[in-house]
Amino acid sequence: MKINTTINGKKHCLDVKANAMLVDVLRAAGFKSVKFGCGEGMCGCCAVMINGKPRNSCITLAGLAEGAEILTVEGMGNPENPHALQQAFAESGSTQCGYCNPGSLIAAKALLDSNPNPTADDVKDALDGNLCRCTGYVKRIDAVLTAAKAVKKTSKTVRGKK
Amino acid sequence: MAKTTRKTEEKSVKAVNAAKVTKAAKAKKETKAKKPVKAVKTAAVAETVSAIPVSPLVFEKPEKFEQVNHSLTKIDAMGLVCGVQKYVADVDFKDLLHIKVLGSPHAHAEIKSIDTSSALKVEGVVAIYTWKDVPRVVRTTAGQGFPEPSPYDTCLLDNKVRFVGDRVAIVAAETPEAALEACSKIKVEYKVLKPVFDPEKAMEKGAPVIHDEKDCRVPIPIFYDPKHNHCSHVETAVGDVKKGYKNADYVLERTYYPHYAQHCPIEPHTCMAYLDEYDRLVLRSSTQVPFHARRITAQTLQLPIKKIRVIKPRIGGGFGTKQEVLLEDVCGLVTLRTRRPCIWALTRAEEFMAARTRHPMVCTIKSGVKKDGTITAISMRIISNTGAYGSHALTVLSNCGSKVLPLYRADNIEFIGDTVYTNLPVGGAYRGYGATQAAYAMECQMDEMAEAIGMDPIKFRQKNHIKEGESSPIFKALGEGREGVDMAIGSCGLGKCITEGMKRIEWDKKFNKPGTGTKRRGVGMCCLMQGSSIPEIDMGAVFIKMNEDGSFNMLLGATDLGTGSDTVLGQIAAETLGCKLSDMMVYSSDTDMTPFDVGAYASSTTYLTGGAVITTAKKVRAQIEAVAAKMMGEKLEDITIKDGVCYGKGRKNFVSFARVCTYAMYEHQQFQIGAIGSHISHASPPPFSAHFAEVEVDTETGEVKLLKYVAGVDCGTAINPTLADGQTQGAVMNAISFALTEEYIFDEKGRMLNPDFGNYKIWSTKDLPVIDTFLVPTYEKTGPYGAKSVSEISINGALPAIGNAIKNAVGVRLTRPPYTAEKVLAALKELKSGSGKTVTKSKK
Repeated sequence: MKINTTINGKKHCLDVKANAMLVDVLRAAGFKSVKFGCGEGMCGCCAVMINGKPRNSCITLAGLAEGAEILTVEGMGNPENPHALQQAFAESGSTQCGYCNPGSLIAAKALLDSNPNPTADDVKDALDGNLCRCTGYVKRIDAVLTAAKAVKKTSKTVRGKK
Repeated sequence: MAKTTRKTEEKSVKAVNAAKVTKAAKAKKETKAKKPVKAVKTAAVAETVSAIPVSPLVFEKPEKFEQVNHSLTKIDAMGLVCGVQKYVADVDFKDLLHIKVLGSPHAHAEIKSIDTSSALKVEGVVAIYTWKDVPRVVRTTAGQGFPEPSPYDTCLLDNKVRFVGDRVAIVAAETPEAALEACSKIKVEYKVLKPVFDPEKAMEKGAPVIHDEKDCRVPIPIFYDPKHNHCSHVETAVGDVKKGYKNADYVLERTYYPHYAQHCPIEPHTCMAYLDEYDRLVLRSSTQVPFHARRITAQTLQLPIKKIRVIKPRIGGGFGTKQEVLLEDVCGLVTLRTRRPCIWALTRAEEFMAARTRHPMVCTIKSGVKKDGTITAISMRIISNTGAYGSHALTVLSNCGSKVLPLYRADNIEFIGDTVYTNLPVGGAYRGYGATQAAYAMECQMDEMAEAIGMDPIKFRQKNHIKEGESSPIFKALGEGREGVDMAIGSCGLGKCITEGMKRIEWDKKFNKPGTGTKRRGVGMCCLMQGSSIPEIDMGAVFIKMNEDGSFNMLLGATDLGTGSDTVLGQIAAETLGCKLSDMMVYSSDTDMTPFDVGAYASSTTYLTGGAVITTAKKVRAQIEAVAAKMMGEKLEDITIKDGVCYGKGRKNFVSFARVCTYAMYEHQQFQIGAIGSHISHASPPPFSAHFAEVEVDTETGEVKLLKYVAGVDCGTAINPTLADGQTQGAVMNAISFALTEEYIFDEKGRMLNPDFGNYKIWSTKDLPVIDTFLVPTYEKTGPYGAKSVSEISINGALPAIGNAIKNAVGVRLTRPPYTAEKVLAALKELKSGSGKTVTKSKK
């Protein structure tokens, strides 16, 4: 079957099997940042934003993406122009092997989108579904709080310019 | 005495050098004697002999660090967080085959027959291989130095299965779904054999023999008795423990049972194979050991090494489980037979059941102590369960002694260890590597001894722990499959780790103050050591070449699996060359493109390969200085380098690195500025650490709440403090969840019942207690810029520190982790009813 979906702001028409999972479809379409970790929705490294909500794409049928807007970490920023969260993750030592980063960054972005002033506990809540075996989580919680401040500063500047 | 040891060591290496020189001179003489040969040739002979590199014993300390000891951003960080760094599965191939492996449903069985006819009819199935279709080559899957200290007891496919999940058949199909369906249609007739799961029972007379095949063997002369499920044996003694116990005021003994655990890298083991333009087999693999993977795959598939190339792209964590060659042989077989590219990625359940695990152990520790705090004797008796195959069986066992016993002074020490086969999942390398299990027993015992003599457990440790300049006979007594290397402690920051950690946990305020009510609080601590590389066994090599913009390519066999070693080694190179990290382009690892390195294990990369980086970068720097001197008409000894610029005397003349390389490449007496260098270590200096835990135990439910965890680490010079701290935090977190929740649950047939993240609980952000980590700088002369290892040590602390804290809070000593509410509650009930078995025996 064919699904029409917007991925990182671009329209895509994808040919998918009825039982295909979104993780496989996105990876086949070239969005390799979406990782496969457990296939059971337990580790969060396949998380993508679907219509503004973080979802584990390994347990989401691709068909459900019909008409949806999907954001992967490639759509958040690139090495030349990274998102504040990506910048903060990179600089704080929150990335070791990096395999869980795309999913955790999506979860963190979903948090900041809905709550620009999170507390450390809010961050812990938001990132709880994203397992990381390398870092011990301490640095990534700080990174999200740092990024929240940076995002607020930028949006203020933008508003100020207006 | 210690200094003498050091001097002797230096002397002996000098002696080796001298011997080489004499040999060279002799060679020269002999050549001359035979016939008058041109001087050029004679020089060449001498050069050949002296060209065998000798690794430096010490690395001098620069006045100031420019690049190392700075928290520079990891060089791959931005690519990782933007999702553009490529892991194994992140490349596309046309006609890619998908592999699934049928696992055994039985823990112990012979395969009577396999019928693949209906499975082959499944649409999209391309090939199925069983034991009948592949050559029988016994070897080990353990990626270790060659010949390996692990038994050759594993085949690509066998006609016997030895644990639930053991390989039965390999299916290659156009889609993963077709491969799975075919697996379900393979008809296997098994002769089910009696399994054995308990390592102590496996050693009993009449126990089922797991490796009854005729061809299993050990490739080096070490103990091996598979007919009695006896995989390895280590025994060593120093002094006279019997006498030690006689002289003790108290003799205590207790047995601890550290449990099964899995590494849980978020990226499961993944391998892709394809044939390149020269018809060579290329393996793109999530491996910690690309060179061992090439060698073992060549051995298994009976190919010359030159026909195989192993590429390690970005790796999604390993922690030891990717030190195993588990997928490469299967993928290689499929690609060679079908001539098509293929991929195999383990499912999470396969990762738990059929990858590798932490060896569960029975650790019995006995010790004698005098009232003044002198430890008179220590006996450690280990029974290690290696599961169905003997991967890392001997070396994990040896490490129980060698990475734990030297920490405390005792004149009489005994270590007896046995590794035993059972029909359970296979043990392997796991961060900590035996030290985790043995430090648990030892550090609980330290608390027990302190309690017996009425001394504060910290004071007791401070009195007894090894200090700078001291040595331990254990270093020489316990090696890895052979005698170890004697050494004295060159750097020890443990004292500071303890005092600073005490402050941070508020020890004096909290120790022995459980409070009243149903929730009681307690603090516990432990001291730890590990090693840095396997001395005189591990080798790392590095190639550096210069580019005409003044940048450098550094090609490393060392394997960054997420640890940041590319960055750390890049910093060491930049420091030595006199440039910035941003001018280093680091590439690891690829058996075609990079020089050899044993790989990422044994806490070796920073310490060992870092040494190779310095050796190589010095050679490159010498070439740069020579060209610069020539260009400026300056004397070589007057050249100085700073930030990629070479200066002449008095800094009047200068040329940039870019000019130097452009000159060397295009202008005069052209040559490539570059060098290759290798390094072996002659010591394995221990990093040291002190860990502290504060817990609250609910006496009504048994629930243990970890409130705070403090870890101080002496890793010498932290080449990159943020990354070193990250290693500590990650190891601490892994250890905490190992101590409190992670657990393999088996049914009576040896099948793991919880092979998923829903039922095997690894901690996440909401579980996080307050974690406070700090580094205590020391300078280790034998390490690059004073560095020691940092990655493994901190995984050894949580079992004893939390165990001691629980004891401090509620008075129960738990010996069978994880410390779940059920176990704590049961222990509390036993304590209350007075039925608690006292294993500890006191004398006098």
